[in-house]
Amino acid sequence: MTDIQDAVLVEAPARRGNAAVEVYELRKEFRRRDRGRGDKRPRVALGGVSFTIERGETVAILGQNGSGKSTLVRLLSTLLLPDGGYARVLGHDVVKEPRAVRRLVNRVSVEASFFKKMSPAENLGYAARYYGMTSRETRDLIPEILERVGFPAERRDEPMESLSRGMQQKVALARALLTSPVVLLLDEPTTGLDPRSKLEVQEFIREIRETHDSTILLCTHDLNEAESLADRVGILDRGHLLALEPADELERRYGAETLEEAFFAATGREFEAETDEDDDREVFA
Amino acid sequence: MRALATTLRAELVGAGGVVERNFYLTKRYIWWDLAWFVWTVANTLTIVFIAKGIEATGGTLDVNAVMTSLLIGAVIWAYLGVLFEFLMETVAWERWEGTIEYTFMAPLSRAMHLAGQGLFAIAYGLLRAVFLFVACAFFFRLSMPDANFLAAFVVVAIASVSFLGIGAMTSVLPLISPEKGTQLGFVAQGTLLVVSGVYYPVEVLPGWMQLLATLSPATYALEGTREAILEGAPLSAMWDEVWPLLLIGGVSIPLGLWVFRRGELYAKKTGKLKRSG
Repeated sequence: MTDIQDAVLVEAPARRGNAAVEVYELRKEFRRRDRGRGDKRPRVALGGVSFTIERGETVAILGQNGSGKSTLVRLLSTLLLPDGGYARVLGHDVVKEPRAVRRLVNRVSVEASFFKKMSPAENLGYAARYYGMTSRETRDLIPEILERVGFPAERRDEPMESLSRGMQQKVALARALLTSPVVLLLDEPTTGLDPRSKLEVQEFIREIRETHDSTILLCTHDLNEAESLADRVGILDRGHLLALEPADELERRYGAETLEEAFFAATGREFEAETDEDDDREVFA
Repeated sequence: MRALATTLRAELVGAGGVVERNFYLTKRYIWWDLAWFVWTVANTLTIVFIAKGIEATGGTLDVNAVMTSLLIGAVIWAYLGVLFEFLMETVAWERWEGTIEYTFMAPLSRAMHLAGQGLFAIAYGLLRAVFLFVACAFFFRLSMPDANFLAAFVVVAIASVSFLGIGAMTSVLPLISPEKGTQLGFVAQGTLLVVSGVYYPVEVLPGWMQLLATLSPATYALEGTREAILEGAPLSAMWDEVWPLLLIGGVSIPLGLWVFRRGELYAKKTGKLKRSG
């Protein structure tokens, strides 16, 4: 069974060369009740976004709260149905072939979502089963991956609720890597972390880039993170992708000396300046 | 053929993962579950005491038989409660913990996901029902000389398949309404039992409710269990209860999956999968 029912889609052309992710005119809007009014109005979360990520490439999408970053990640994770356009992962359409896509992608989001009373080892164990990995297959693999992300072995059996945010985020990275995803979706993986944990997580993302065949889509509002980790940086503003280029070209194009200045020139506003409308959009986008 | 076998293996491993997760969670919350079990025992005792109360106020009845019949009703009610609670948690608990998106983006089919959830619910619910029955029967020193416990157990197990289908339909409610969906599931459980003769014969119900009783798997589960425990009926004599259960199961399982699927699509269209309220 597919998720195609009720989705308005365009006919997708054949897969382009070495593309890992192909997104074309992808649209998503949510209906939400207006403040002070009774009726529901559509809010555009993504307004026709198009881009391609080559295999092995790391692309960062920069945007403020409510810019549509998480919506994009959710559409690629088959957790949302688009209202138009298409998205494909290694040639598999996210709407028509969701199960094929699910085998290829995994995700780390801003909230390290786990069963809090269960230990990291237990959380990783059952999650791996959902991807068809038996306990025999994960017996050695889970301690190995936890060690690689810098998680202390002696804390493996502690409940998640007793771990710091940074530790939990390392377990989230381990969970994503456990299934060997071809495409790794990182949705603000370092937001809310203390500086040390942030650096450790960024270092690990760098290591994945260098040692794995993974394609990475990193959604962030950390300019330095985007610049240091990604091959290309995109600017997503209010559901529209304004640019997607290597950071230095982006700066050159907007006559800017820093990525922050380039962001300002592209969007017409300061990076940290958020309006009520952004807050409003954040609920869904 | 090989690809099919690989897929089937992965699906079974995935369903096993759901069972594994529920086992861990039950282990972690075992003291809370024991406290909840004490409440269930107390609730069951209040219901069974009704027979003694009727006798004390001058009513003439076979107290032992009525108490056993009430006990069966209360145990089935409690069992169904556990079953529906586990299935409702398919969505509700995961939404609360924030894991729901990770579960729904895994390549495990929804059928096997719900099957894993249902399998654990049946095993845990049956074990709990046995403990509840034994504890209350011992408390009242109930005599059941002819009881065929094996047949009663098998009837409840067969009925569980139908209950799973209905449970799958109700478990989608928290997807549609994160705030009130769980409570609506209990409405389904109550409605199912009120028309099924949980503490009384179906014949005392108004005609239209008796019609609904014929569609409820709980009716046949209660009748079969009472026949097996009170009259010692063997399984072979309970075909009248077994075939409707198989038929209802054959319809309710695919219907339950279809309803859940529609709810999932609705949540993916409207973005309700994400909400953690």
